[in-house]
Amino acid sequence: MSAILIPILAIAGLGLIFGLGLAFASKKFEVKVDPKISEVREVLPGANCGACGYTGCDAYAEAVAAGDAAITLCPVGGEDVINSMAEVMGIEAKAVEKMVARVNCKGSWENVKIKFDYDGIIDCESAATLYGGPSACAYGCVGMGTCVKACNFGALVLENGLAKVIDEKCSACGKCIEACPKRIIELVPAKSQYTVLCSNLEKGGEAKKKCEVACIGCGKCMKECPFEAITVKNFCAKIDYEKCKNCGKCLKVCPTNAIHKFVPHK
Amino acid sequence: MFGRMFKGGVAVPHRKNTANCETIGMDIPTKIVIPMVQHIGAPCQPTVKKGDTVKVGQVIGDSDAFVSAPIHSSVSGTVTNVGPMLAANGSHVVSVEIETDGKQEVHESVVPPEINNLQEFVSAIRKSGLVGLGGAGFPTHIKMLPPKGKKIDMLVINAAECEPYITADYRECIENSWSIISGINIVVEHMGIEQVVIGVEDNKPEAIEVLAKIADKNDKISIKKLKSLYPQGAEKMLIYATTGRKVPPGKLPSDVGCVVMNITSVSFVADYIKTGMPLIKKRITVDGSVVFNPSNVEVLIGTPLEEVFNRCGGFKKPPYKIIMGGPMMGVAQYSLQTSVIKNTNALLAFDKVEGDLPSESACIRCGKCVEVCPMDLLPLEINRAVVGKSVEGLNKFKVMDCIECGSCSFVCPAKRHLVQSFRLGKGIVRKQAAKK
Repeated sequence: MSAILIPILAIAGLGLIFGLGLAFASKKFEVKVDPKISEVREVLPGANCGACGYTGCDAYAEAVAAGDAAITLCPVGGEDVINSMAEVMGIEAKAVEKMVARVNCKGSWENVKIKFDYDGIIDCESAATLYGGPSACAYGCVGMGTCVKACNFGALVLENGLAKVIDEKCSACGKCIEACPKRIIELVPAKSQYTVLCSNLEKGGEAKKKCEVACIGCGKCMKECPFEAITVKNFCAKIDYEKCKNCGKCLKVCPTNAIHKFVPHK
Repeated sequence: MFGRMFKGGVAVPHRKNTANCETIGMDIPTKIVIPMVQHIGAPCQPTVKKGDTVKVGQVIGDSDAFVSAPIHSSVSGTVTNVGPMLAANGSHVVSVEIETDGKQEVHESVVPPEINNLQEFVSAIRKSGLVGLGGAGFPTHIKMLPPKGKKIDMLVINAAECEPYITADYRECIENSWSIISGINIVVEHMGIEQVVIGVEDNKPEAIEVLAKIADKNDKISIKKLKSLYPQGAEKMLIYATTGRKVPPGKLPSDVGCVVMNITSVSFVADYIKTGMPLIKKRITVDGSVVFNPSNVEVLIGTPLEEVFNRCGGFKKPPYKIIMGGPMMGVAQYSLQTSVIKNTNALLAFDKVEGDLPSESACIRCGKCVEVCPMDLLPLEINRAVVGKSVEGLNKFKVMDCIECGSCSFVCPAKRHLVQSFRLGKGIVRKQAAKK
């Protein structure tokens, strides 16, 4: 009996001594931390994506708590996070528009012509250095999924050689925009339903030769739009999302189906 | 037997099938496209417009920049289009399309240049449009004018031709040896060079014999027989093997008192000084498993690739991969409508057996790539940094020092796409540098 009692007592005794030592040390060498930092950090999503411009959620929380950063910088958390942060910081929250990323290209395999079989590294940046990539259109999606890999939220998928954004998952951090060698991904207000999904700046005929659904710059949508929200520059139409009222008239007149309707999610 | 050797390198199969094929000419194509980017440096601006008539040797593109070389028309005819067109480097560049009239009338500006001093010599070389014909395409006149305070005492003539298949420079040695010697003499005289060394790989005994005769007549010139090891013809490797001087990373040959010229380039210098005809044609090796008659063809610059292949009897079967340049460093082409440019030295067409790129497997860290890297890099570590997109790692393992010779990819038992990934890595580093 005593054979087992001695080690138990010894361990317990040691535990007590170390415990007291640690308790003393934690009081003696305590570092004062602003409790707000941990509170702000609590409400942040913890994705560490860096979209706020800081090295991660911790760094951003510190900056917010110190009053160095605005509370609106986290695109991932959206309104909820801003409101909670405003509560923690005791300041008033201003509404921020929810954004989503959109890939301005519709050139999936069935739509765009393929120049050659590519058998190099599966990476858009690498493929784009060789004749701009295997797709005939030098402006469109390369389709090797570099943006898909860059996304921390699984909000991008490759479908038939074309990257697509899943709006529900997109947190508008902008990582994909950085990753795309063709720079065809942009952030748009989530409420906007209509987007010209083409980035080709060639003349209409040339663009159409390469891709079935290219914007040919005909300007029909521009004329049709009652809000003057559409401009055609370099044979490619562009919608000004601040002016767009989601009437959908542009979609009806587009001869090549380059304009796409996105169904807003709740 | 061979004296100094650079570290690393790989013994690639030679495949010099066309070594005994005398250069053949070809008919004037009906249409040629001359891109305005044919060299390293500033692109040229077209000096002709649609509808103009041009003659052989007329300047059709030039630039004010120092690091640039003018571009001349290789045919006589009418300009039918000026604008962005697909070029062999993989992008759309401004090009001049000329419909030929077949007369090949020579432009009045083509007269032998008058040269009295180094300055005039350098400007004559610039006017000739000469760029490094070995493949890199660096404007030659820049090498002729060493930076202040640097003395160039050694001219290294590059006749190594270490890439498999290519025999264009070899044929130059055999067919144009007199031009080579007079070219060397001209450069030596104007630049005040004390010593000339010609580097040739030992798999070209005939060329060595011919060049030895040249060297005998002039005690400034010596011949250095080099072991056939890829990349023996890379500038820094060649300088070390022929002179024992080491060019530090990020430095130029002029920093160790050397100037390196391709053997076809020196030979062209002699021809230009004699006739005044600028660089408008080029000898190209056409080879590969699906080419009907592998040959050496003298091609006008701007000739579409299709016509060059047709001159060699076309294809035995549809090619799977077409490469402009050597198989180690060349660029795959997807269209036969792109044109031959100044630094094209080979066109290769392969079937699927030879042309297929093997799929990658995991790195087993055997270190073979480290053994063969002539630049003393660690290819496996760079590859890891590229996969992880780590700029820190790329800089640490000095991806920018890579000369993209492809030796590591050649030996890798896991068939990793090493050199391709380094190109990607260089892009990442450049992008990061541009951000700052």
